[in-house]
Amino acid sequence: MTNFPLLSTLIWLPILGSVVLLLIGHRSVMTVKWLAMIISIVSLLLCVPLWCGFDTSTASYQFTEFASWIPSYNINYALGVDGISILMVALTTLTTFVILLASWNSNQHNIAQFFATFLLAQGMMIGVFAATDTILFYLFWEAMLIPVYLNLGMWGKEHRVAASIKYFIYTFTGSALMLIAILYLGYNAKSFEMTDLWTLKISHDLQDLIFIAFALAFIVKIPMWPFHTWLPDVHSESPSGGSVVVAALMLKLGVYGFLRFNLPITPDISSFLIWGMIILSLIAIVYIGIIAIVQTDMKRLIAYSSIAHMGFAVLGAFMIYIIIANTGNAQIAYLSLEGALMQMFSHSFSTGALFIGVALLSDRLNSSMIKDYSGLAHKLPLFAVLMMIFALSNVGLPGTSGFVGEFMIILSSFKANFWVTFIAASTLVIGASYTLWMYKRVFFGQVTSEKVQNIRPLYKTETASLVILAILVLFFGVYPEPLLSVSHTSVANLLAQALAVKTI
Amino acid sequence: MMQTMILTIILAPLFGAIISGAFGRVIGRVGAHCITILGMIVSFVFAVMVFHQIVILGMLGINVNLYSWVMSGGFQFNVGFLIDNLSAVMMVVVTFVSLLVHVYSIGYMRGDAGYQRFFSYISLFTFAMLMLVTANNFFQLFFGWEGVGLVSYLLIGFWFDRESANFGSLKAFIVNRLGDFGFILGIGAVLTFFGTVDFSQVFIQAPQLVASGLTVNILGHESWSIVTVICILLFIGAMGKSAQMPLHIWLPESMEGPTPISALIHAATMVTAGVYMLARLSPLYELSASALSFILIIGATTALFTGILGVVQNDIKRVVAYSTLSQLGYMVAAMGASAFTAGIFHLVTHAAFKALLFLSAGSVIIAMHHEQDMRKMGGLRRYLPVTYICFLIGALALAAIPPFSGFYSKDAIILAVKNSTIDGAGYAYVALLLGAFVTALYIFRAFFMTFHTKEKMDSYARANLHEDTWVVWLPLILLAIPAVLIGVILAKPMLYEANGLLGNAVVNTPSHYLGVWTMALDSLTSLPFWFAIAGIFTAWLAYIQYPNIPEFFMKHFRWLNVVLVKKYGFDDFNQWFFVNGTRQLGHILYKFADLRIIDDGFVGGTTKMVRWCSLALKRMQTGYLYHYVLAMIVGVIAFVLWQVLVG
Repeated sequence: MTNFPLLSTLIWLPILGSVVLLLIGHRSVMTVKWLAMIISIVSLLLCVPLWCGFDTSTASYQFTEFASWIPSYNINYALGVDGISILMVALTTLTTFVILLASWNSNQHNIAQFFATFLLAQGMMIGVFAATDTILFYLFWEAMLIPVYLNLGMWGKEHRVAASIKYFIYTFTGSALMLIAILYLGYNAKSFEMTDLWTLKISHDLQDLIFIAFALAFIVKIPMWPFHTWLPDVHSESPSGGSVVVAALMLKLGVYGFLRFNLPITPDISSFLIWGMIILSLIAIVYIGIIAIVQTDMKRLIAYSSIAHMGFAVLGAFMIYIIIANTGNAQIAYLSLEGALMQMFSHSFSTGALFIGVALLSDRLNSSMIKDYSGLAHKLPLFAVLMMIFALSNVGLPGTSGFVGEFMIILSSFKANFWVTFIAASTLVIGASYTLWMYKRVFFGQVTSEKVQNIRPLYKTETASLVILAILVLFFGVYPEPLLSVSHTSVANLLAQALAVKTI
Repeated sequence: MMQTMILTIILAPLFGAIISGAFGRVIGRVGAHCITILGMIVSFVFAVMVFHQIVILGMLGINVNLYSWVMSGGFQFNVGFLIDNLSAVMMVVVTFVSLLVHVYSIGYMRGDAGYQRFFSYISLFTFAMLMLVTANNFFQLFFGWEGVGLVSYLLIGFWFDRESANFGSLKAFIVNRLGDFGFILGIGAVLTFFGTVDFSQVFIQAPQLVASGLTVNILGHESWSIVTVICILLFIGAMGKSAQMPLHIWLPESMEGPTPISALIHAATMVTAGVYMLARLSPLYELSASALSFILIIGATTALFTGILGVVQNDIKRVVAYSTLSQLGYMVAAMGASAFTAGIFHLVTHAAFKALLFLSAGSVIIAMHHEQDMRKMGGLRRYLPVTYICFLIGALALAAIPPFSGFYSKDAIILAVKNSTIDGAGYAYVALLLGAFVTALYIFRAFFMTFHTKEKMDSYARANLHEDTWVVWLPLILLAIPAVLIGVILAKPMLYEANGLLGNAVVNTPSHYLGVWTMALDSLTSLPFWFAIAGIFTAWLAYIQYPNIPEFFMKHFRWLNVVLVKKYGFDDFNQWFFVNGTRQLGHILYKFADLRIIDDGFVGGTTKMVRWCSLALKRMQTGYLYHYVLAMIVGVIAFVLWQVLVG
């Protein structure tokens, strides 16, 4: 059992499963659905030994697997998880399960292929998080685009083709720069192993260039202003489920990339770049937040809100430099960095759930425009309660998971820079405004339209998917310590890497 | 033992809330109110027992951590309890008022479709409020703080098919969030400068921090003492929650919620959270004279100017709501003058008489079939004798007529402000004194308009006027008793004992005690008393004796009436500047910056450029051989020429 390739299984089981789904796609719908569900549940169960067997006292990679792949360039099939990536792996399997549950009664055409894209996405995504060889990382990173591209292009709304091309080219262009940076680093380190890249000494100017190359790839992915305009388009065109993959999982890749590459490999970048990242994060929080207020389409609104929340995670990651420079207190920097991780993790629940909710509505009324809804709380009271919980998590109310990361990040930056804290904390007001104003218009008031009056109630599977997320939102809001205790050592190691001097 | 009791006090309401919220349909209406009221009784009884142990028997309080919410970078955020005299008193006040409101709601909410939901909310509120008052650190304080704000939001918008209720609830939440904005910054300052969010640790370290003379630059080069910055930031949170100017604007709209809520949340408990916080943090506030000065001025301003607005309101609930604003101003002013015990004393008496006034108003509203306009009432004393007496007691207590409860607490506040020497104390004293006149004027105006004067309701309403069942009037009587007596009983232990009712939980400098009756007699020669009497007399003159006086004022001081009815223009300004301004800004950023410049300009521009280049390249590929040959020849000639000319 100790040598059982747990991570490989988590990667390849869903990928092979999706191939099988395509092969038996002509069989009955129920067979296909159950097969997909079983694969997802097995993956979820495989996370249990992963989680339980994880040693929280060390920051080194665990559950490692190794196979030589291209020996002449020292490129390997190397897998492993640390305290940061294990969270993301668990999150990925969980989210896929919830998506399948929510889409169980979906009336999409070609249901086998539809479900296959989710499994494929799951496998690729776990590949990204588990890869410790950077070329392997890059491979999964790019392969990840395919299922999402197909999902959007095949099952999306009216303008799906334009949106899917915009998405593909946009993110692909960003990643090209990352490949160049990886090749350069690997060439110099004579190894593509992630930890070998961390110990590489690089001159100051080159660090800036490498930083920019990586950062552009991640900024597009997160996305951050001004490279964010693909996201609202993708979300408003995505089928139900597709936007959850994008919001709950894919956006995390950007922040994850920052934590894996930029912080440990290029810690000596000029303060111009650090401030650039912080200002972009603040723009995400304020500018994007204000834009979210005036959105008329729920999907676009949540997409903008999602950008604003990811801005927080990036802020927390880069404030560590300012905190160290201005206060010299590594403990506060640690708080900030761990806050970024929490923000990235918890964002999946509330935003993912909000997208599921909106998708359920637009499946029924064929519209996600706010003006087409009113008084929904009269018709779907339980749904209204669940959505209220997610809205409150989005607002960052204490007791919900959305609060944890924001609280840690806002608190930690006060001494280092008052105005950064001030601008970041404005999310308390802006976030409440756009989220609750939308909630008010959709759920409160009187039922005014015939369509809402006759809206079809939720299927049990749909309710179940939201209930699971609601429980997680509340549980991690009240008791986030289990998440933190897994990642403590790895975050400490990351912080040490990020604060070390790595110039020649 | 104590810990178990505290846990029971806090969790019993949460349990009731979950049961009646999640299984409301299963247990039915009776089940919902039984389970929540049972939870409240347990809570109340235990709270009294804790009060008895701590305050009467003088047992040591406890300060324990239950579990660590987050441990990160050596910082700890705990869930834990600090039980001392202050929290013991607050727990009794909260559970007592909450229990009575639960009982009263059986009558008031009868027939409402959201009956179970309502009981679930008010129990949930009680839970959050208890979390707030038992907190031993800033994190948990913030948890309770936001929790009560949330339930307040849910309850103001309880009747969610009414547009006005939805507007009011959203406004309340967002204005409160503005305050919390300051509050969370304050917590950030505490954490990063003290390295802990634990109250006791912060209080120990605070004097050293002041002595170290540490300052921060926020605007330009002006440096501020860090403790002053912390105190003011935290106070901004209190301004939101306790509705101090200019963040008071949400409280009048909060009256869109059911009346029991106005009594419980928007009079007796939640809005006093800010005052409670100031008292809890009194060791910190005592270190910053500038912050206290700021608090004093804000409090006194609120006390006077919101009181004046009460004079022009015609909705009976709104009069009481403005009176709440004004009384909160008194409490905050007391904190500013370092009279923390007097402020808490007023909090306690106010909880009793204001809940009484609200529930009496609610009783009137039930009898009038949910009519709230006082111009359509009049002469109700004949039909609602119990309510009449109770409202009168509440009004006398509010107007601070001895020996009713409000007198002792308010008199102590005005006296403390008079004797205070910090900046702004002179202004505050005048404002509070005028406030005493205004208070008596607006409450007796409401009293006379409702219960005296000619009957102005229609005949149908008149025929159905009667007192409601016991669940409505019993809580009134149970509240009337403390509204009369609590001042006399608590004046000595609250104000004049070195280790009195509040023990050493708040900073306290007791003065010489004269005895409650001497205090009452002495007041006959003091200014506040005569200002209050003048207020009552004016109300009597204008609304009973010469009813055309208000009309005269309306005619000749039109501008004044406009200013007051517009509430000094705060609402219009906010609507215009903040709400519309933000929306306009959002539209500009979205339509222009996001869609036009970034999306069409950069993203679309790139694709256009690529397309243009490829079109240009495409043109060259004509497929005709002679075109290519021509290009080749031109190329060769150019190459040769270049070689010849350059080489």
